[in-house]
Amino acid sequence: MTDLKAQVEQFLADHPTEGADAVEWLGARFDAGLAWVHFPVGLGGLGASRSAQQAVDEAFLAANAPQPNPAAPVIGYGMAAPTILKFGTDEQRQRFLRPLYTGEEVWCQLFSEPGAGSDLATLATRAVRDGDEWIVDGQKVWTTMGHVARWGILVARTDPSLPKHQGLSYFLCDMTDPGVEVRPLRQITGEAEFNEVFLSGVRVPDAYRLGAVGEGWKVATTTLMNERVTIGAHAAEREDGLIGAVTKTWRERPELRTPGLHDRLLRLWVDAEALRLTAERLRQGLAAGQPGPEGSAAKLTFATLNQAITGLDVELHGEEGLSYKDWTMRRPTDADWASRDAGFRYLRMKGNSIEGGTSEILRNIIADRILQLPKEPRGDVDIPWKDLPR
Amino acid sequence: MSDLLYGEVENDLRASVRDLLTDRSPWTSVLARVETDKPYDLELWRTLAAEMGLAGLLVPEDLGGAGASAREVAVVLEELGRAVTPTPFLGSAVLATTALLAAGDTETVAELAAGQRIGALAVSLTTAPNAAFPSAVKVVDGKLTGRVGSVADLEVADVVVVPAIGADGPELHVVQTASAGVTVTPITPLDLTRRIATLELADVESRKLSGDAAAALRTALTTGAGLLAAEQLGVAQWCLDATTEYVATRHQFGRPIGSFQALRHRLADLWASVSGAVAVSRAAADALATGSDVDIAVAVAASYCSELAVHAAEEALQLHGGIGMTWEHPVHLYLGRAKSSELALGTPERHRDALASFVDLPA
Ligand SMILES: Cc1cc2nc3c(=O)[nH]c(=O)nc-3n(C[C@H](O)[C@H](O)[C@H](O)COP(=O)(O)OP(=O)(O)OC[C@H]3O[C@@H](n4cnc5c(N)ncnc54)[C@H](O)[C@@H]3O)c2cc1C
Repeated sequence: MTDLKAQVEQFLADHPTEGADAVEWLGARFDAGLAWVHFPVGLGGLGASRSAQQAVDEAFLAANAPQPNPAAPVIGYGMAAPTILKFGTDEQRQRFLRPLYTGEEVWCQLFSEPGAGSDLATLATRAVRDGDEWIVDGQKVWTTMGHVARWGILVARTDPSLPKHQGLSYFLCDMTDPGVEVRPLRQITGEAEFNEVFLSGVRVPDAYRLGAVGEGWKVATTTLMNERVTIGAHAAEREDGLIGAVTKTWRERPELRTPGLHDRLLRLWVDAEALRLTAERLRQGLAAGQPGPEGSAAKLTFATLNQAITGLDVELHGEEGLSYKDWTMRRPTDADWASRDAGFRYLRMKGNSIEGGTSEILRNIIADRILQLPKEPRGDVDIPWKDLPR
Repeated sequence: MSDLLYGEVENDLRASVRDLLTDRSPWTSVLARVETDKPYDLELWRTLAAEMGLAGLLVPEDLGGAGASAREVAVVLEELGRAVTPTPFLGSAVLATTALLAAGDTETVAELAAGQRIGALAVSLTTAPNAAFPSAVKVVDGKLTGRVGSVADLEVADVVVVPAIGADGPELHVVQTASAGVTVTPITPLDLTRRIATLELADVESRKLSGDAAAALRTALTTGAGLLAAEQLGVAQWCLDATTEYVATRHQFGRPIGSFQALRHRLADLWASVSGAVAVSRAAADALATGSDVDIAVAVAASYCSELAVHAAEEALQLHGGIGMTWEHPVHLYLGRAKSSELALGTPERHRDALASFVDLPA
């Protein structure tokens, strides 16, 4: 650990942060193994323990170091990177991880389809083998950052004669390929953060397949697990996140306070603190090599809490709560919600219980895997996908 | 950042307390006992307190204790909550002991630590850490007179730490319950597993403690509230586990009721809330052990865990159906414990009020 500290200091001495080009600087940080210290040497890490990462991040933050592109993190950092690390070939890891980290290449997730959301394994996008390539046809939807993404993680059906979970494969899709069309899909906030993606005769090299043919569900499960942990294990400092926006208003604008809102605010403050500590327990458990199941709890609680906090925030604003800053249809390139108005946040956070697996699906997962309750009867597991009623 | 995990020593401690309680205090015997005039099993207490050394966990080694910290005490309380064990642990090993330690006593605290005698703190169990210093007992000519209701664990106490108002303000006194002028009257409690009683003092001889009485009392109540959260976590954990087990085996409509989504989802939500309770109660125990961030951590844990325990017990009762409403099923013991401890050492609202001032969110 002290060793790592010295390395960070040495790195900062060799790479001044002031006026640095972010991509170049982050590239150097990656090459020094200080990006994700628990990744292997040569892939942004030092093979160190996970527990060391936080101290490293904090040291760089304190030094005002360039930070990765805010558009990249959730899908690129949180989901694509760990999946590529776990299932990728050496070539794939070498090719993709560095530009993913520096933010040169933004990632999107091509999972959901009009006919397959919660029941993702029913998806219909086909990939048919043609020599060293796969030809992909289908339609994806709700694709966050699809319009700025250079790469997409893609799940497609490679064998319709098998039951739905078995006939899937996982690919890395070049969003600049001919045949990939990204159309904005306007959201309730007025913006188009997500998109529809049409895939027509897209040729994906077999070298961009992640994991074995037919093992796409297993790879996707890793991505989805990481998605929950990424979304859930978020807040770090007390009053970080949305609760901070409300407490700020509360402190600065005494004229808005009412007794009823006061107790609601304090309850939410307590719940936000409980969530922060749950996420911190998850982090400490991971660092100590005892990953707990708190990731699912955190994602579920996070969604409910954010919705309650942003609802309170609109009410707290009184008459201003009636107005909305801007309904202009934009295609944002980052996920900067902290600076947005209360109305925007209220609407956007409605997505927290839908994106990354709905709260209902998460409860099913907790009931099955953690509580090991008897499963709900279902009739779709052993039937070939092509014979399923749709 | 505080350490929110359980260490190896804590896990071992939990295992040995749980084994003992499973063996010596299963709910069937708790249920049988609460109907007698001897709800507390003092043999079991002797084993826990003296043989296992649990009464002295918070007491330094040079005073005959184990020199452990609030982290270990929290683990013991989780187990005592999980088993709704009627013991004077909270009253004696937590409340009376911390008051005595904070007021600089060495003599009585050593006796409590050794498990030779049982102590209680003479305040109403509903007293919050930020409450005004109690004024029910007065010091007149060096003797104590007054009446305090709802004192926890008093009916088995040999010695009581009494907050009293003297000529110069707040004082703490040690009173032997066997002294002339002391009357202890048990109250029929909502929580059958933690007894309360009224203390009456009429010109009673006492020993005055020298430390800052108001500060010592506040320390005791803060420690009590922070650690009670661990007990409430234990109660909630039992409710979740027992209900999960029950719905997996009970069949209706040709299926285990635990396969119906409405119930699966309620238990998943409860599990997520219990995960939060583990985190906040660990944070409070760690704060009490290290002395940093105590006020906020305790207020958060007390508010969160009080409400969660009640919710968990109410869910458990509902999902057990009719059997949950029967005397012979233990869920009512948990409900009584949860609801009463919601009032104990400050209600959730009271803790949120305190929190508002600690984190600068004024009304
Ligand atoms: C803001 C946002 C961003 C997103 N970004 C992406 C992205 O980048 N890439 C991507 O691939 N996808 C993305 N998604 C899609 C997201 O993963 C899906 O919306 C989600 O999985 C739900 O699928 P669905 O919308 O088809 O709802 P449906 O599956 O149709 O569900 C409708 C309702 O039924 C409930 N339901 C469904 N099945 C069950 C069941 N078995 N038991 C109980 N209730 C059930 C659901 O919980 C929901 O409430 C995004 C979604 C949102 C809102």
